[in-house]
Amino acid sequence: MDPARKRSLRLVVALTAAVVLAGALVYTSVSASTPARTPGQLLGRAVAGRSYQLVGKVVDGSITHRGAATLFRVRDRDGTASIPVRYTGAVPDPFRDGREVIVQVHKSGAGFVGEKDTLVTKCPSKFTAKS
Amino acid sequence: MDVLVVLAILVILAAVVWVIGAPLRAGAAAEEGAGPDAAGFEELEAEKAAKYREIRDAELDHRTGKLDETDWQAVDRQLRAEAVAILREIDRLGGRAPPPDR
Amino acid sequence: MATLGRACLILSFAIALYGLGAGLAAWRMGRRDIAASARRSVYALAGVLTVAMVILEVAFVGDDFSFATVASHSSTTTPAFYKMAAVWSSQEGSLLLWVWLLASWSSLVLFLTRRRMRDVTPVATAVLAGFAAFFAGLLVFTASPFETLAAVPVDGSGLNPLLRHPSMMIHPPMLYSGYTLFTVPFAFAVGALATGKVDAEWITATRRFALAAWLFLGIGIILGARWSYAELGWGGYWAWDPVENASLLPWLTGTAFIHSIMIQEKRGMLKVWNVSLVLATGILAILGTFLVRSGILDSIHAFGASTLGIPFVVLIVGLIALSIGLVAWRSSLMRSEHRIDSLLSREAAFLFNNLLFVGLAFVVFFGTFFPLITDALGDRRNLGPPWFNRITVPLAIALVGLAGLAPLISWRRATRANLRRNLAIPVGFGVLVAIALVAAGGVADRPAALAMFALAGFLVAGVAQELWRGTRARRTMSADSWPLAVVSLVRRNRRRYGGYLVHVGMATLFVGVAASSAFQHARDVRIRPGQTAAIGGYDIRYAKPVGRVETRDGRVERIVLGAQLVVSKDGKVLSTLEPTRGYYPASAPFAPVSGMFGGESTSEVRMIAGLRRDVWSAVEPELSSVRPVMRTYDRAIRRMAAEKRPVDQQVLAFRVGLEKVVQTYAAGQPPATFRMIVSPLVAWIWIGGIIVFGGGLVSMWPAPRGVRRRAPAGYAARVARELGRA
Repeated sequence: MDPARKRSLRLVVALTAAVVLAGALVYTSVSASTPARTPGQLLGRAVAGRSYQLVGKVVDGSITHRGAATLFRVRDRDGTASIPVRYTGAVPDPFRDGREVIVQVHKSGAGFVGEKDTLVTKCPSKFTAKS
Repeated sequence: MDVLVVLAILVILAAVVWVIGAPLRAGAAAEEGAGPDAAGFEELEAEKAAKYREIRDAELDHRTGKLDETDWQAVDRQLRAEAVAILREIDRLGGRAPPPDR
Repeated sequence: MATLGRACLILSFAIALYGLGAGLAAWRMGRRDIAASARRSVYALAGVLTVAMVILEVAFVGDDFSFATVASHSSTTTPAFYKMAAVWSSQEGSLLLWVWLLASWSSLVLFLTRRRMRDVTPVATAVLAGFAAFFAGLLVFTASPFETLAAVPVDGSGLNPLLRHPSMMIHPPMLYSGYTLFTVPFAFAVGALATGKVDAEWITATRRFALAAWLFLGIGIILGARWSYAELGWGGYWAWDPVENASLLPWLTGTAFIHSIMIQEKRGMLKVWNVSLVLATGILAILGTFLVRSGILDSIHAFGASTLGIPFVVLIVGLIALSIGLVAWRSSLMRSEHRIDSLLSREAAFLFNNLLFVGLAFVVFFGTFFPLITDALGDRRNLGPPWFNRITVPLAIALVGLAGLAPLISWRRATRANLRRNLAIPVGFGVLVAIALVAAGGVADRPAALAMFALAGFLVAGVAQELWRGTRARRTMSADSWPLAVVSLVRRNRRRYGGYLVHVGMATLFVGVAASSAFQHARDVRIRPGQTAAIGGYDIRYAKPVGRVETRDGRVERIVLGAQLVVSKDGKVLSTLEPTRGYYPASAPFAPVSGMFGGESTSEVRMIAGLRRDVWSAVEPELSSVRPVMRTYDRAIRRMAAEKRPVDQQVLAFRVGLEKVVQTYAAGQPPATFRMIVSPLVAWIWIGGIIVFGGGLVSMWPAPRGVRRRAPAGYAARVARELGRA
């Protein structure tokens, strides 16, 4: 085979491999991802048994403890729609009233249950600009 | 206090202007010391250093058993020839451009 | 003083703009005096920004609450050490730190290259000054750290307690040094492309700066991981958070670059690829800064509303366009001088290494921006750590294997005979490690961890063999003793052995990561005093609750509630741990008793750290047992205030109330939720990081310069003689 053809063949092989790998990446990512939702989007529209990434703010004064479980409400960043969340396990240090949180939840009865170790509270160092 | 602040700002400003302006005041002539070929000379020095490093690397590869005797001799011969070519070029330039004072 | 600070910022913005213009002018006109002036403008920039930085530090240390940023990020009760670090805990302070580091590092680099690469440096100066102008502009127009308050508060709101960790002092400066240093190779690449001088000298200079940036960024990342592990009541060191990923991206492409640049240096190949890598790394460094400072991705670091988004997007798009344009324009200058001879050669191994690193960077990039990509498609979705782990673990394993293999095969072409000779011992050792581990049990069902351990064994054995053979060869040439021979071998081949040491460090680090993630035991338990939790072969007994009020300068700093834990194994007591939680006042230093529990609170993690495993604990006390006490004192204080009783009586009641709360807690039987983790070999992550650091230093240390004297002797003899030196 002359060098030029060999080179173009190699290019085709490399490109094919890249396309296949990229396709696999997109495929795994779509199946592994969870939809990000605000409380307003979840209210009345959440499907039981599906996981959602809930993004919002902890409603002031809503945090209560029942045994090892923490109960609180999450509301829209700029809004009032809110949903109750029950989370079991240790909560991150910065977790408190008014904090922005991200937590993976699924619908359970009238409320939502947070999945273990998924609660993330935004680092408060960056909040001082506002508070 | 306010006067002091204004004074401090003026001092900083003057220092900055002085530092930045110095080469412009001295003019183009003062900075010409290294000669027009200095750039090419530096480039050759870098090439030489890289070539030397490569010769050493090949030798170490040979001594640690990664290059066979025959392969190494061929590689070494070639690299040394390339190094000689670079040295020749340096000396050709060196006749006109002395190495910068470093 | 704020006026002076503001003046410094405006002045530095002007200087940076001058540097940008002068650099470009010097390039177009070929005027050396203008180039020198542009370079000096960067020095001046560093000087003026140092003044600004000092003013801000003095304000923080001296509790000058007329500065808005001091009032919101420091307080009189903040320990002095953390007052200094509090400077960069704010948006505006960290931007100032960024541009100050940029100017300082740029000055150092431009000083070191002042007599070299005269064609390239004016453009590089202009690019660096351009970056400085952008950030100084942000400081002047959108986020000034020298805003003053009309009404000066008596005390500030304090540094967030979470940030009170020694790492905070060095983690951000290290990370930012890495980011800013990566803009230096970027600037020199732009300069080299603009002037058409992508040559050996450019490689030598750029390689060293890229290595320094790589080292700083790496240390910054490790320190961040350590901080997360030792300070946050979470117990992990990496969460695939967007901001963590953002710092990893330039590090990955930077690592690819320091490897592939060697191929260009030796064989004149991959020129376009290398230049693209440097440019991409610089842009990713800017992108990393942007991600920390914007709210476009939901991250624990990012914050909701930012005014910086649009300028940054414009900058990044501009940089990408500039890079693509320059590479396309100069691609004809960057033809490869050679081709890869064989797939069994170090070039080929480096090529695969590059593909893996860039692939890894691409995966991380894709995962990080997945929410934005899907948002654009109308359905915002997030990818969690499991996805990242699934994709990156195989790539990391392959990388460790390749890092072990590459040093053992030669450049150009390896023959079967010398492959056998070089691979036999390391491969044998790796297999031995695998067999021993399987025999010891418990590892066979964790194939990823097993593969990592075996490959790490292979890598370390390979490096040991290289060092041994090199030393032996050295001893045949000189009569040095063994230790001396090792030292002189490493000294003569710093880059090679420094690089090997980095490989060993990375392998160590990955062994720590693999072991601690595959064999970790973690439990959240809620128990009462006297009860015991079993985890990973350890029994942890909640011996008793503890509580105390901590004061500083006569004022309440925080309340500490926690537990005394007795850790034992097989009935033998090993140690006592006292994890606690610190509660900081909500806002003002004087608040009703319950206010102490409405503010920030932080876990004080306690652990038994060891080379074999860490026993880690954090506690979340339950406050229900002390709520009645709090209510009683709150009511009493409110009544006293209503009756207009003297303030010092109210303060006294507050203090008595706090003491009462603490005593009640410690005397009772309050249940508490504990997070307990038994994690094997975590310590080796930090040890690996230190080894990497050492290796980086070894390979970066400048080699002693050979004496340059013109000798009339024959050229071949001169080559031989000059090789003998250094």
